[in-house]
Amino acid sequence: MPINTIDGHTFTVNDEGFLTDRAGGSEDLAAILADLIGIDDLTEQHWAPLRFMRTDSATTGVTPTLRRMQTVGGFDIKELFLLFPGKPAKKLAYLAGLPKPVGCV
Amino acid sequence: MLANKLAKANLPDLTITVVDQNDDHHYQPGYLFIPFGTYRPEQVVRSRAAQLSKQVTFLRQTIERVDPDGRQVHLAGESALAYDWLVIASGAAPRPDQTPGLMDERVWRRSAFDFYTLDGAEALHAALANFEGGRLLVHISEMPIKCPVAPLEFAFLADDYFRGRRMRHKVDITYVTPLDGAFTKPVASARLGNLLEEKSIRLASDFAVAGVDPQASTLESYDGRHLPFDLLVTVPVNMGAQFVIDSGLGDDLGFVPVDKHTLQSVAHERIFAIGDATNVPTSKAGAVAHFEVDHLVRNLTAAMAGQPLPSSYDGHANCFVEAGRGKALLLDFNYDTEPLTGLFPAPVVGPMKLLGSFAHQPPRQAGLREDLLERAAAGEAAAGAERDVDVRQGAGHSQEVRSHAHQHY
Ligand SMILES: Cc1cc2nc3c(=O)[nH]c(=O)nc-3n(C[C@H](O)[C@H](O)[C@H](O)COP(=O)(O)OP(=O)(O)OC[C@H]3O[C@@H](n4cnc5c(N)ncnc54)[C@H](O)[C@@H]3O)c2cc1C
Repeated sequence: MPINTIDGHTFTVNDEGFLTDRAGGSEDLAAILADLIGIDDLTEQHWAPLRFMRTDSATTGVTPTLRRMQTVGGFDIKELFLLFPGKPAKKLAYLAGLPKPVGCV
Repeated sequence: MLANKLAKANLPDLTITVVDQNDDHHYQPGYLFIPFGTYRPEQVVRSRAAQLSKQVTFLRQTIERVDPDGRQVHLAGESALAYDWLVIASGAAPRPDQTPGLMDERVWRRSAFDFYTLDGAEALHAALANFEGGRLLVHISEMPIKCPVAPLEFAFLADDYFRGRRMRHKVDITYVTPLDGAFTKPVASARLGNLLEEKSIRLASDFAVAGVDPQASTLESYDGRHLPFDLLVTVPVNMGAQFVIDSGLGDDLGFVPVDKHTLQSVAHERIFAIGDATNVPTSKAGAVAHFEVDHLVRNLTAAMAGQPLPSSYDGHANCFVEAGRGKALLLDFNYDTEPLTGLFPAPVVGPMKLLGSFAHQPPRQAGLREDLLERAAAGEAAAGAERDVDVRQGAGHSQEVRSHAHQHY
């Protein structure tokens, strides 16, 4: 597994760049990673779904899907697409330090 | 199958009741072949009660709710059944109502179809026969779905079908998926992605469907893509049974959260679940339900005796992929193993070259598929193999193979 170091943060990632250990994720790191995927500023609107993702996955053990972000978290999917353009589920997981959400096998 | 095996185990003081809302057991893998006329509807339906051991009571009733604290199953009408142990096996069902605009009368069953129900597959058969060309979208709404390769196979078979009618040049086929590639598992995804390309089928990936615009006849995504269609073949969101949701026993898609190894409900120790109804992270496939049965028999037996649950299911799943033009490959994996590449010798189906392509004898693909499923479910496939299979089979053999497979489910 590759190990990345950015601005003093060291963390292990998988082949696709997702953190392998959720403990490696932090809000500091999220802010740095956001820059790498073209999100200039993480606003409160960004933080709310990111925090939900981390708390929710802490109890369920899996990264929530967009459906769950909507039904359980109360977030509007359209809005998530505006905040995290293109691939919100993946971008959210990446920033939250969680595995890519795979709905299934 | 579980009920029959439990009955055979002859446990003391055990009475077994199977409740189902109908007596029509559908061989669902057969749905894939109905649109192309390979199967007729009556070939995939048989009586449920007739498959059950005499020691098992069959009740034809609709379940409305489960009360886990009172240990009762409430049926339609006023009646209820008390239980000591409950196994939820209510499967997964397509829910076209979950996609806005899909069921609008301007499109639903006119230009938009599903083949995950028998009547949907039949309606699509007629629509394909009348199709004169244009844009065909083969679409998955959301994962997980039953037999995740079935839509891909549909695309491959549609390619064949239109070639057979000498009108492939008039049909623009696009495979539309919420995943980032053709399939979930990376190795298989690359292999299957190549197949799409070889067959000139476009791929629209990462497509999070927002709805159907029935006026414009387009499929809309949240990121603003509009895909026009003349024929939409969609796999609607698959959800667990409504009674599971209404009883508070399901996750956000209505699947019962269970321990992925023991299949016991995480919330209620007297409830287990099996098959498509669970949330275990493996394919929703008949083969999976089949593999789970023996584990569940052992675990239920132990639970009834007040012992720790001994048996651990590993997520073993396999899926036989109909690649079109008489070719096939078999994916075999479990919770931890990706489908592997390399050469895999298997005595029964002959030497196989993983991720290469062999031809098998068309045209009885349906029979072959079931034959392989049979063998795979019988444990002949090793977890971790992805293989292309070369099976030679006499044409007259398929009927026999099919009735075999029927017993299997
Ligand atoms: C197009 C297609 C192709 C497939 N191809 C393959 C394949 O190649 N290989 C493979 O292994 N699998 C395949 N499958 C998947 C396979 O059919 C399922 O995984 C399998 O049927 C699951 O069995 P089950 O018993 O869990 O659920 P089901 O067979 O769906 O049974 C659920 C039962 O619950 C009953 N029920 C639901 N709600 C209620 C209620 N409220 N009250 C009473 N009864 C209720 C239903 O009537 C139904 O009989 C395919 C599926 C489809 C749709």
